[in-house]
Formats: sequence, structure tokens, C-alpha cells
Amino acid sequence: MDLFEYQARDLFAAHGVPVLRGEVATTAERAGEIAAALGGRVVIKAQVKTGGRGKAGGVKLADDAEDASTKAAAILGMDIKGHVVHRVLVAEASDIAEEYYFSFLLDRSNRTFLAMASREGGVEIEQIAVEKPEALAKVPIDAITGVDLAKAREIAIAAGYPAEILDQAADVIVALWDVFTKEDATLVEVNPLVKTPDGVVLALDGKVTLDENAAFRQPAHADLADAEAADPLEARAKEAGLNYVKLDGAVGVIGNGAGLVMSSLDVVSYAGEAFGGVKPANFLDIGGGASADVMAASLAIVLSDPSVRSVFVNVFGGITSCDAVANGIVAAFGKLRDAGEQITSPLVVRLDGNRAEEGRAILAAAALPNVEQNDTMDGAAQRAAELASAK
Amino acid sequence: MAIFLDRNSRVIVQGMTGSEGSKHTRRMLAAGTTIVGGTNPKKAGTSVGFDGTSLPVFAGIAEAMAATGANVVVSFVPPAGAKMGMLEAIDAGIDLAVAITEGIPVHDTTAAWAYATSRGNKTRIIGPNCPGIASPGQSNAGIIPADITKPGRIGLVSKSGTLTYQMMFELRDIGFSTCVGIGGDPVIGTTHIDCLRAFQDDPDTDAIVMIGEIGGDAEERAAAFIEANVTKPVVGYVAGFTAPEGRTMGHAGAIVSGSSGTAAAKKEALEKVGVQVGKTPSEAARLIRELMNSR
Repeated sequence: MDLFEYQARDLFAAHGVPVLRGEVATTAERAGEIAAALGGRVVIKAQVKTGGRGKAGGVKLADDAEDASTKAAAILGMDIKGHVVHRVLVAEASDIAEEYYFSFLLDRSNRTFLAMASREGGVEIEQIAVEKPEALAKVPIDAITGVDLAKAREIAIAAGYPAEILDQAADVIVALWDVFTKEDATLVEVNPLVKTPDGVVLALDGKVTLDENAAFRQPAHADLADAEAADPLEARAKEAGLNYVKLDGAVGVIGNGAGLVMSSLDVVSYAGEAFGGVKPANFLDIGGGASADVMAASLAIVLSDPSVRSVFVNVFGGITSCDAVANGIVAAFGKLRDAGEQITSPLVVRLDGNRAEEGRAILAAAALPNVEQNDTMDGAAQRAAELASAK
Repeated sequence: MAIFLDRNSRVIVQGMTGSEGSKHTRRMLAAGTTIVGGTNPKKAGTSVGFDGTSLPVFAGIAEAMAATGANVVVSFVPPAGAKMGMLEAIDAGIDLAVAITEGIPVHDTTAAWAYATSRGNKTRIIGPNCPGIASPGQSNAGIIPADITKPGRIGLVSKSGTLTYQMMFELRDIGFSTCVGIGGDPVIGTTHIDCLRAFQDDPDTDAIVMIGEIGGDAEERAAAFIEANVTKPVVGYVAGFTAPEGRTMGHAGAIVSGSSGTAAAKKEALEKVGVQVGKTPSEAARLIRELMNSR
């Protein structure tokens, strides 16, 4: 889960990373109040989870409360690369003497953590890596020994941070390591890390990605989820404990196992090429050992997506047994019928593996309207694409 | 022969008394695996019956190894305790630890890997978030269904569980030496490369199927390894060609960031070193079938 800048800033502050005073606002009026409380010049920053907001006009300086309110009104509602601005961060304006770069991240290729730091900051790190690779220090971090003051100083020196800020920088790095580990983050980035004209080191902008697998021990993280951005169907699926991602096509896809479902999306897209570019409408993994209830809940969610014109159910029974899947489909039809809903999208079902014959027999006996079976994954995907294009 | 797991493997189950652990212990026994016990510190000294087989419960892996000569542990410990489970396996120095558990925080897995490395990597870790490893007709350590294929001479390594099953099933008439599900997490123990190396050295494996998916650069690294070290034919498949950027597709590791980790880049890297890559699982199965039939 990627956080907004203001959320990252809050986590930084909570772990002792020096940041500027500020607060988030959702209205221009509130932005003015915050600016008044802060006093003096402030900076108004659009809160969007994408880069390049400065160039897009999403960051503005304001001289006083009234100006802050006007500037916030201009930024709120702005569309930055498809991200609508719902919030602005109003913070003290800072003079900057120098800008640096710092991050901790998971280096999955080397199965370790990595500190990346550079004396060059304020520009995208990808740009630093390409244009001045020698200016980017990469220091592997042992996940067990972690980062103490000595290690932090080693990183700061490798980055080429100036001698007069080494002490401060090392303290900041230790505090950022605290954020990284205590919050179960997979990325903690400060860009820029700045030195003010009076020599104070501050984290001026931050990016944090949290590990959702750690939710069980990070109860506070649930509050950081961006409810507004979540697709309503995705929210419903999450509540039902289903692994669902909304996509922009017309063939609903339900399968078991992340790899098989990803593969199903591909096969539908290939098959769709012959039918005017029909594409998958979603990713939905019912997981291993799924019950009839899970299948029924999945079908209800996919069928309630108005862009779905056909559904491809692709199950390979390993742990999951195909008769449970078939019973789930039959039960889902019953539930939807009882709720007075019409099932207008045709289903193409491919069952294979564990108890496939029993599953196929259950579906055949139920003779559900709009449900057909197909023996192969490729054949079923093609039929689903064809049905979606015909409607 | 086979890789990592064979008829001589003596398996214990960490978390055998839990619901997942007991369900899959029963399935592994039915598949012919030599299971010699389980662990649960709270139930040490008791035993559990599985369809007529009584298995002793030990306090920990070290005790179980001493008492039974176990050399493989399969772990079903829930995410909160999974790191401790992995560290215990490493401390005990068992040959192979298969971590099935899904949803382990990546900080925990990274710490466990750092610990394993600091102890000289004597324990081979498979997973986490994986279906395990099966050498058909010999032994099955994990949750791979045993009865969907037969023994043969294809080696299979895959990030995905169900695609592993799909491939085992499609090629059930030819059969497999060993099938390894290495798992879909960002940090895993055994990699594609480890399996490729072992299959290359295994006299009972003639050809290799490698299934990858979006995210990370494991497939690209495997391609470089194949070019330098693998003379046996390799057929590849990569899932996730149509996955949108920035969205995690089920597996925590399956995410495309920027231009890196795409299926197209992985396919290109593999094809460049002579690996035939199927566009769909069925096509990959057809390619390996042609290879095996032409031998």
C-alpha cells in the first residue's frame, strides 16, 4: 500500500524524523485556517500518489492565510495524471540551501534491504541513477543487524553528504530505519532531504510503501487506506475476503490461484483479439480449497459489474475440488434468483483436475440457463470472448 | 533420482496439529510420503492418528530429527509465527525446509534469509507462499495434489501453485522427475536458478519446464544462468502479459513497477538464450511434449 505524502510525513514525525510543521486539508477554507495557525509563508502541496505534481502546478507558495485559501482552491479538484486532488498538505515554507536523496527499500533480487543515498536530490531517483550513477550510493543492509549510528554514518559518507551535516544526517537515517522496520515498510524514501540556510536537516517530502501482509500486527495501518480511490467492487470483494482487481474489459474472470488467474487474463486477451479486442474485466482469485460460499460470493461480485458481458470460470482442482466449485455456481444462481436478479451474462466454465467429472456432472444436471462448459482453458477463454463481443 | 526430495526423504510437519497441517499431513501420507512425526511445543509427547498411522508429536524440529532421523520439514505455521518456524529449522540444520504459509510479512522472510545466510545456508528453504515440492512416485512435501501426474523425466519449477498443477496434469502421460513450486513472494528461499542447476545435474531429468510470472527479475537472471550453465532443453511460460502496472495480482511479488518486471521483458530474455516460451500454458505443454517425443 502506497501512502500519501502527508501520511508518510505523519509516520516520519512519529518516529522522530525532523519534518516541517503542517497539516492536511480537504477544503480551501480549512487550508486557510491551517495557514493562519502556522503563520508566515506556507506551501500548499497536492496530495496525489504520482510524481510530477510540481510541474503540473500542484505545489504553490502562499504568503498568508487568504492566499493559502485561494491557492488551495485552485489545487483541490485538479487532475494530475489521472489522479484527482482531494487533499492538500499545508506546511511551513522552508528555504533550502541544498537538496539530497535518501531511501530504504527491499532489494528482492538480493533478498536483502538496501539504503540508497545521494548528494543529488530533488529530482527523480531514476534520473540520478541514469545520469549520475556514481553519485548514487547503494549500501546493502543486513536485516538482522539493521542500522545503528555507525552504519548510518557509513551510508551518509558513501552518499557524499557534506561533513557539517553528517551527525544530523546519521540521526535522521537511524530514525528512518525505525520507520522502515517498525512500520513494516517496503519503501521509505525522502526526496528531497534538505539542509536549510541555517544548517538544519529536514525531510521535506516523503514516500512510504507498507507491506499489507503485516496488517495483522499493524492495526493502525487500516486507517491509512484510501477509501475514496478504492473501486466500489474492489471494496466489496475485500470485505468478502476475495482477491479482486478491477480491470477495464468485458470478460469477467474467476479462477483459483494467482498464477492461473493471471494466465487466464492473458488467454482471454489473446482470444479477444479475434473479436474486436475483447479484454478481461477483472482479476479474481478464489484461492486454494475454496468453498461453495466463496464461489457464490465471487460470482455475485463479478456479475454486479455493469461492464461484464460474459464470465470465464477457470478452475484447476488441486486442493480445491471441482464439485464444490460447481455447487457454488449452482448456489450463486439460486441466491441471485431469490434476490430477484436476472443473470444476463453467459458463463463459460472450465473445470479440470480434482473431482472434475463430479463437478461437470453437477453443472450438467443443474442445466442452468446461460451456463456452458468447455473442456480446455484456451477453448473456454475463446468462447467467453466470443460471447462478450456478441452481446 | 530426483532433486531435493526423494523416496529416502523423512518428513516432519511443523504445525501438524493445526487444521491445514493435519489436512495436508493426511494427503501427504496418502501420496506415499514417509512422514515420521510433527511438531508442536504444547503437545509434545502426544501422538496423532491419521487413517491408521499414528504420528508422534515433538516439541521442536531438533528433537524430531534426533528421534526420527527426519531430514525434511514442511511448515504450516500461521504468518505471525512463521519466521520463528523458519529460524528453528535453520538452527536445527535440517536439509530441507518447505514453507507453505501464505501472507508472511516480507520483513520476516528477509530476516530469516539473512539468518540462513549467516549460518552458511545449510538448510535449503523452499517458499514461503508456495505449494511445496513433489517427486511423483517417491515423496510429496507440501500441498501439491499427488494423483494428477506420474513419475517421468521432466523437471518443473514454478512460482505459481495452480499453474504447476495445470502443467503436471497436461503432461501426465509423460511424467515428472520433480516439481518445485518456489512461491510467489518477493523474497523466497530456493530460486528458479537453484532448481535449474539441480535439474541440469540430475541424471533422471531430460528437459525442464520453467513457469514464471510478472514482478522482480528472477526470470531474467534465470535466462542468464541458462545461457551459461544449462545444456538440457528448457521450455518457459510467463503469466501476466496483460497485467496493469502498479497493481498486485494476487501474489505479493506479482507487481509490475515501471518498465521492470513485465512478462514481455521476461519472455524476451528467455527467448534470447534459446528457451522456447509458450504464449499460453497449453502451448508451453505442447512445446515440451514435442521435445520429449523427439528424443
